[in-house]
Amino acid sequence: MSIDLKTIKHIAKLSRISIDDKKAKELEKDLNSIFEFIEALNKVDTKKVDPLTSIAETSLKLRGDEVKTKNIREQILKNSPDENKDFFVVPKVVE
Amino acid sequence: MSDIINLTLSALIDKIKNKELSSQEITKAYIARAEKSKNLNTYITTDFENAIEKAKKFDEKGNFDYKLPGVPLAVKDLFCTNNLKTTAGSKILSNFIPSYESTVTQHLWDEGAILLGKLNCDEFAMGSSNETSFFGNVESPVGKKVVPGGSSGGSASALAAKLTPATIGTDTGGSIRQPASFTGTVGLKPTYGSCSRYGIVAFASSLDQAGPMTQDVSDAALMLDVISKYDTKDSTSVNFKRGDYFKSLSSNIKGKKIGIPKEYRVDGMPKEIESLWQDGITLLKKLGAKIIDISLPHTKYALPAYYIVAPAEASSNLARYDGVKYGYRSEGENLISMYENTRSEGFGDEVKRRIMIGTYVLSSGYYDAYYLKAQKIRRLIKNDFDEAYKSVDAILTPSTPSSAFKIGDKTDDPVSMYLNDIFTVPVNLSGLPAISIPAGKDKNNYPLGLQLIGKAFEEQNLLDISYSMEKELSFKNNLQDWWIK
Amino acid sequence: MSKNKEYLIKRGNSEYEVIIGLEVHAQVLSKSKLFSDSPTNFGAEPNTQVSLVDAAFPGMLPVINEFCIKQAVKTGIGLNAAINKKSIFDRKNYFYADLPQGYQISQYKDPIVGEGSILLDLPDGEKKVGIERLHLEQDAGKSIHDIDPQNTLVDLNRSGVALMEIVSKPDLRSPEEVNLYIKKLRSIMRYLGTCDGNMQEGSLRADVNVSIRKTGDKKLGTRCEIKNVNSIKFMQMAIEYEANRQADILEEGGSIDQETRLFDTKKNETRSMRSKEDAHDYRYFPDPDLLPLELTDDFISKIKKEIPELPDEKKKRFVDKFKLTPYEANILVSDIETSKYFEDVIKNSDIKLATNWITGELFALLNDRNLEISQSPISSKNLSSLINLIKDGTISGKIAKTVFEIMANESKDPKSIIDEKGLKQQSDPKEIEKIVDDVIKENPKNVELFKSGKDKLFGFFVGQVMKKTDGKANPKLVNDILKKKLN
Repeated sequence: MSIDLKTIKHIAKLSRISIDDKKAKELEKDLNSIFEFIEALNKVDTKKVDPLTSIAETSLKLRGDEVKTKNIREQILKNSPDENKDFFVVPKVVE
Repeated sequence: MSDIINLTLSALIDKIKNKELSSQEITKAYIARAEKSKNLNTYITTDFENAIEKAKKFDEKGNFDYKLPGVPLAVKDLFCTNNLKTTAGSKILSNFIPSYESTVTQHLWDEGAILLGKLNCDEFAMGSSNETSFFGNVESPVGKKVVPGGSSGGSASALAAKLTPATIGTDTGGSIRQPASFTGTVGLKPTYGSCSRYGIVAFASSLDQAGPMTQDVSDAALMLDVISKYDTKDSTSVNFKRGDYFKSLSSNIKGKKIGIPKEYRVDGMPKEIESLWQDGITLLKKLGAKIIDISLPHTKYALPAYYIVAPAEASSNLARYDGVKYGYRSEGENLISMYENTRSEGFGDEVKRRIMIGTYVLSSGYYDAYYLKAQKIRRLIKNDFDEAYKSVDAILTPSTPSSAFKIGDKTDDPVSMYLNDIFTVPVNLSGLPAISIPAGKDKNNYPLGLQLIGKAFEEQNLLDISYSMEKELSFKNNLQDWWIK
Repeated sequence: MSKNKEYLIKRGNSEYEVIIGLEVHAQVLSKSKLFSDSPTNFGAEPNTQVSLVDAAFPGMLPVINEFCIKQAVKTGIGLNAAINKKSIFDRKNYFYADLPQGYQISQYKDPIVGEGSILLDLPDGEKKVGIERLHLEQDAGKSIHDIDPQNTLVDLNRSGVALMEIVSKPDLRSPEEVNLYIKKLRSIMRYLGTCDGNMQEGSLRADVNVSIRKTGDKKLGTRCEIKNVNSIKFMQMAIEYEANRQADILEEGGSIDQETRLFDTKKNETRSMRSKEDAHDYRYFPDPDLLPLELTDDFISKIKKEIPELPDEKKKRFVDKFKLTPYEANILVSDIETSKYFEDVIKNSDIKLATNWITGELFALLNDRNLEISQSPISSKNLSSLINLIKDGTISGKIAKTVFEIMANESKDPKSIIDEKGLKQQSDPKEIEKIVDDVIKENPKNVELFKSGKDKLFGFFVGQVMKKTDGKANPKLVNDILKKKLN
């Protein structure tokens, strides 16, 4: 299975990473060699195998319906790049 | 001062408890050495002034009953530390100061330890040589321009260079054990679910695990006592009865059954690694253990499966780095271009590669062929181990397929870099515990490690076996402090 | 069953029926969020109900709220649905400013609740609408586009609140059925206490899937999804517009593009969402920070025990036991608070009068003042007393209306009001006879006119008696005595 430039650009878009043509070409080479390596998995017959969805040998722990975090707005906003004290600020979405 | 930095963690603690050494003396000794070792580039952020303050406070009224009383430690920069910059080795978090503490590091401070600073690592823990960090490469004290391994390269280098008496790293595909092997130190990856992942910058959620990196096995046991605890803030944390690892350490391993998996004998394996392994087998026999040949038939599929599962989970875990809430933000005309610019400028090449792989294998039409398939392979690999453990107590393998290489040697070919993890990755895929202990040196005098893999939640067994081997191996790094300015 | 009043789109000789499916997002009533311990109250100051987990800080992890699981199971039981003992939480990956994690924790292939149904009361009988599934997921934050001209402001208060997504089968056929479906679903959840159904506060919103096909066709047409409609009226308008839009296209020989649309509430039309490149590839995979959710039979049966009598059952009981008409019963059971109020009142009062006073005067009052019945200024106890005072003849129905109005403004019981204002009905025949005699004496001309055939004047005499008694004379007695005296 080889990945072409078009697919790479599409994946970059889905990942919200911009890449120029030069970068895309480099990635094409790297990704294809990685995928060649991954292709080895096709040799194994896994039709009757259950996927391992969780490795932790325990059951999902349930939490009580309690409010423990009240208002920590300052803490929440203090790392944001904008100075706004009430909201996160981002450029507009093009609708 | 050299007598301080040459002490193991447990020896250091004894001296503190006996009032032979003060926390301030020790802290200052490590700081002084770190100041002279800057060219190894092990630290991303130091917190030396605060460390001395805390050491002072400890000396005044510290609790000597703590397990790490007044002990200064540096930790991998993947653990969020309150009010101290935490970067994960990335530009995208280069200015991030958390307002909270990771559970594992909190355990350290609760037992009296003092934070020296944050150690360099591969960006977002993705790498096997600490060459992907935004903050520059780390050099190993083992040799000039030699890589320390990765991703916990800064931790391994600092430990081996004696800039910290012990440290903690994280291991997703070998990131504790491989650098331990490369630097002649001990690295333990506990069973998945034993150490909390809360507050650790996530790479691959079903594989990540924090663990101790220490000078010897008893130090590792001591650290494990402190950090292996159930945490309700982590839904994958397991509430099992944890032993008293340090106190229960025993070097009597008579009758223990050790498995030797034939599939770990890979094509082109260097002779030195093969003979190291043989020496290990001989040693175990001498110590009274029984050696049993076993088969782990799906071993060769572990690395490909890992390079599907880990990037897939990472691609999703790293989606939160978007410049909105914290971290680096680049300008953009609109939201999408802000995202794209931020992430392409903020992430390094290896991280971008893995995000792309991850996005691809999860994408529409490919999920079954890749991700689902890899999860099935994972089941088969785990089954292999479960089967093997019906007849053995632990498994012995080399830690790495080679000794440390030079900076720049493998950066052109991602796959050759990935192959470093060939012996360590199956362990993460199965959630088992494993430890790497230094067992020999190669012709260049670079350390070589042996790996012991244990049964889930049976770290004591693992520690006992490696403890007894360590005693006989008497490995010494004998580093010449060549980097000290 | 005859189908009268079918909703059809007519174009020339063609007739199209409209196929509608709804994906309702209902906010779970709980104190804290689905995977974090911050509060869920509506209307708080921006970003004051956000935890580190909600804001997706590095290293933060989800821990599930048991109560939200119970609420989902409860709702599933109320929808007669299968409860899946094993379900999985998956990540739905996409980027948006109000989605801090860059993914939403949802359920994809293995939801917590399976197939169920809701009964609708249509004018021509009951209709069963199928439920496909119900699953739990995180709500997103809010993006505010109209405060800052250059930027979008993001409030994460809502980020992480538990939502139940309830997917119907494409069994709905008209805007009216959609109205009844939403109302019924809302009513059931309010009965169960699992969602308050407050559409103005956003606790209930829906994505509406609309397609059309020629009547008689078996195959489903291509559907369009209208996202995030937050009122029943808008849903109906959107369906109307969309069905017609699709009919126009088909009539011209075109074909419908499957797409996601928005309802423009200013122009009253649906339009395509311009982000075409986001043929969203959500890359679902099981969330590795969580484990599969496994419910025991014990867990489920404990919840079953907590289920109160639901609207359908209650309606049947009201009709059977209290002899209400289905129409009346419907009104009284549609809201659980109303049914509670009603049953309170009829503990000690006449059922017929209670029904009329609640659905008539009380509802008018509440509507007028925009109040819920739980906020009624007139308690069920007091209404009950009032009704009893009518029944035992202490006051007339007319006077009762006056007392009611006073009760609406003063929190007094009816007896005190009647005593205070002297509103007791005059029921002494001797007294009334005296007054009737007076009225007859005072109006000889009209008496003559009446006796000569002007029957309508009877009302005049009644009026005069009422005037003299300040409206307090017992109307029946007045009638009887007047009749006697005037003949």
